[in-house]
Amino acid sequence: MRTEIRIAGFGGQGVILAGLLLGKAAISDGKYAVQTQSYGPESRGGAARSEVVISDQQIDYPKVVEADIVIALSQPAFDKYCQDVKENRNVIIDSDLVKALENKVLSVPFTKIADTLGKKVVANSVMLGYLQASTEVITVESMESTIRENVPEQTIQLNLEAFNQGIEFWKKGIRNGSG
Amino acid sequence: MDQGEYNRIVKAIGKKQIFAQGDEAYAYGALLAGCRFFAGYPITPATETAELMSKLLPQIGGTFIQMEDEIASMGAIIGASVTGVKSMTVTSGPGFSLMQEHIGYACMTETPCVIVDVQRSGPSTGQPTEPSQGDIMQARWGSHGDYEIIALAPNSVQESLDLTIECFNLSEKYRNPVLLMTDGEVGHMREGITIPDFEGYKIFEREKPQKDPNEYIPFFPEQGKVPQIADFGCGYHTYITGLTHKPDGLPATDDAEIHTQLVTRICQKITDDTDNIIKVEDLFLEDAETVVISYGITSRAAINAVKILHEQGEKVGHLRLITIWPFPEKIVRKIGESAKKILVPEMNLGQLYHSVKEAVGYYAEVIKFSKIGGTLHSPQDIVEFLKEEKFNV
Repeated sequence: MRTEIRIAGFGGQGVILAGLLLGKAAISDGKYAVQTQSYGPESRGGAARSEVVISDQQIDYPKVVEADIVIALSQPAFDKYCQDVKENRNVIIDSDLVKALENKVLSVPFTKIADTLGKKVVANSVMLGYLQASTEVITVESMESTIRENVPEQTIQLNLEAFNQGIEFWKKGIRNGSG
Repeated sequence: MDQGEYNRIVKAIGKKQIFAQGDEAYAYGALLAGCRFFAGYPITPATETAELMSKLLPQIGGTFIQMEDEIASMGAIIGASVTGVKSMTVTSGPGFSLMQEHIGYACMTETPCVIVDVQRSGPSTGQPTEPSQGDIMQARWGSHGDYEIIALAPNSVQESLDLTIECFNLSEKYRNPVLLMTDGEVGHMREGITIPDFEGYKIFEREKPQKDPNEYIPFFPEQGKVPQIADFGCGYHTYITGLTHKPDGLPATDDAEIHTQLVTRICQKITDDTDNIIKVEDLFLEDAETVVISYGITSRAAINAVKILHEQGEKVGHLRLITIWPFPEKIVRKIGESAKKILVPEMNLGQLYHSVKEAVGYYAEVIKFSKIGGTLHSPQDIVEFLKEEKFNV
C-alpha cells in the first residue's frame, strides 16, 4: 500500500522538518519512505512544501501523484494544493491560518495549541500528533522516538507534549476546530 | 584504508542506517572512498554536502576549505590530488560553468578528482531551488579541446552514496576527472540508506611508480594507456603542465606528433575500456517495441510508467543509463536495431536525446520528451505521452 502525504505552508513553520520526521518514523516502522521538498529562495516566509511517500514496497516514483493526505498550514498552500486530492481524501488545515469553505476538511488550531504550550514553533509537532491519530500512517512509538532523536535536547519535552496534544485533539473528536 | 580508518569514518557518520539526503550521501560516499580533501563554494542545492564535509572531514584527519569561488575550488582539489590525496568538490550549474577550464586542466595533467554537480535549472542563475538535467552536454563538452570524461547519474539516495565511491575508483583508475551528474531533486530527497560494511565495497588506489627515480618517465605508461604519475613530494621528479607535453612532462607545444600522441592516449585510455566503465540497467527489453531510455531522477518516473504499461500487456521496455559519459553507444545501438521507437524523457530541452539519436541512426525513431522549470515527469505524463501523442501503444 502506497500513502502519499503533502505538507505545505510557508518557510519557518517546520514544514520540511515535519516531513523529515514523518519519513524517519515510517522507516523505523519498517516501511519504505521517500521525502522530497521544494521551497523558494527565501529561508522564511516563502512557500514551502514537503512530500512524503510511505509504502510497504520499494518506491519507484518518489513524489506525490495524487495525495491521500494534504496538510495546509497557509492559505496559499490550501488554495494551491487542496484541489487535486483523491475522493476519499484527508485534508487537514490550521483553522486560524486557513479559511476553507468546504466542510469536509479537518480544521485544527495547531498554532493556537502550540501557543498555549508556550512556543508557536511546535505547531508542526501538534500537527504530527493529529496526523498520527487521524490516519495511523505511522505509530506513536516510532514518532516519539524520532522526535527524541531529532529535535534540540532542551525542546524534546515540549515537542513530545505538542505531539501528544495533537493526538488528544483527534481523540476528543473535535473534527472542526475554531475554523 | 584499513578497518581502523573505516571504523573512524562510521563513528563520525554516527549510524549505518540513515534516512539521508542525496547531498549527505555524496559526502558519506566520498569519505568511504578515501576522500580526505574537499574544497568548495556554497551553492543551492549542493551546500548540504559541503556543510557535512566541513563537519566530518576534520574528525577523520581530512581537510576542508571554503574557497573564494568555484574556479579556485577546482584548482585546490587538483593541487591536493597531485600530492596524492583523493579530493572532491561539489557544485551546481553556475559553479560547474566556472569549473570547466580546470576540468580540462585535470584531464590534460591526468589528475584524479571527483566533481559532484547537483544540477539546478539554468541557464545562468536560473531557478536555484529547482532541479534539472541541463548540464549533461556541458559535462561532456564544457572544457575546450579534445578530451574524454566519465560521468555517472544516480537515481536514489543509496545509489548517490554507491556511485560517489565508484566515481573515486574510476578517477583513480583512469587518472581522469570523474563527474557525478546528479540533480536538486535527488540532492534534497531523503531515503533510507545503509552505509556499506568494510568488506562490502571496493576501493581502487592509483598505481604508483615502482621504478628507480632516475629511470622514471611520468607520462609514459608502463602498460596500457594510464601512466603511473608520481605524487608530488614522494621522491620522484614530476613536472605538470596544461601545455602539450612530452612523456617526461616538459612542454612541447609546436610538434603535431607529440600533441597527437598525448591527446589520443588520454582519450583512448577511456574509449578503449568502455566495457569496463559503462553500467546500465534494463527492464522488459526482450521483446520491447518501444523503449524508454532515461537516467537520474527521470528514470524513477520512467521505470514506473514502463511497469504500468507492461502490466497492461504493452511491449514497452526501459533502459537506465547509470553511466552517461562515455555514452553507452553499443548498447543503445543494439536497442535501436530491435525497437521501433525510443523515447528519451529529460529535464532539459533535449540533450542526451542527441546522443541516443546518433547511436541509433535510422534504425528506430527517437523522440524526446522534455520538461523544464523544476517539475518532474510523473509516471502518468510518460504513460500518456506514449499512449496518445506519438506512440499509439
